[in-house]
Amino acid sequence: MKARVHVMLKNGVLDPQGEAVRHALGALGFDGVNGVRQGKVIELDLAEGTTEADVTAMCEKLLANTVIESYSVELG
Amino acid sequence: MHAAVVVFPGSNCDRDLAVAFKAAGAKVSMVWHKDSELPQGVDIVGIPGGFSYGDYLRCGAIAAKSPVCRSVAAHAERGGYVLGICNGFQVLTETGLLPGALLRNAGLKYICKTIGLKVETTASDYTSDYTAGQIIDIPIAHHDGNYFADAETIARLRGEDRVAFSYAENPNGAQDDIAGILSENRRVLGMMPHPERAADPVHGGIDGLALFRSLTGALATA
Repeated sequence: MKARVHVMLKNGVLDPQGEAVRHALGALGFDGVNGVRQGKVIELDLAEGTTEADVTAMCEKLLANTVIESYSVELG
Repeated sequence: MHAAVVVFPGSNCDRDLAVAFKAAGAKVSMVWHKDSELPQGVDIVGIPGGFSYGDYLRCGAIAAKSPVCRSVAAHAERGGYVLGICNGFQVLTETGLLPGALLRNAGLKYICKTIGLKVETTASDYTSDYTAGQIIDIPIAHHDGNYFADAETIARLRGEDRVAFSYAENPNGAQDDIAGILSENRRVLGMMPHPERAADPVHGGIDGLALFRSLTGALATA
């Protein structure tokens, strides 16, 4: 089975990379980009029987730093 | 004083830190990241600067889960001293031994230069040889040194006099200009600037020396 974990900086945590991307889009003439937030996607190839709770534990312990990041898990 | 310096794949300030500890009179053991135990009789663990595990996932994240870091956490819980510099500070926040996190510099650039650093408190065994409010010249060299913690944590750090160092001029967007913080028992210090790179006249500055001398002074009599 597969799981996909999305990790994003929490709202309220400045994302200077997202901000730089927003500026670059503006410079290319794409108007109306009000905000860009950059995160990461982690794909996991898991043994059958791995539960969503297991993946959540992986996120809490390693994949996300919950001081600054939020995460969501997509199974299948 | 017996200091252990942890070496991760990608550490690059480990030997500089060992030299600074030795020059201050410490016995130094180098400890590999796969070692699950610290040498007997270690007073202080130094976690050096560098790019442990290539900064994969997040700076310090993989190092924080390494076998040696479990022993470092146990050492800190027993009241042992831990000094994390630059990547070492990132490792300490990732292990949870210090609060907050280090984000990408607000200007997005890697910054390598000597900056003015304000000694915020002399009430620690790391800073007792400085004077409060003193501005010292110490190099920084980081891409992710922008200290972040929620407002409640920042207020608590300030209220408990746990901000050890702040930037005279904020180079990286760090909240409240914070450059280094102490644990609740004041024995764990994490800081982005590199005192070990200003500890010998050939470095071009010796303002970092007092940190190592404060430590050896405190730990020799401990």
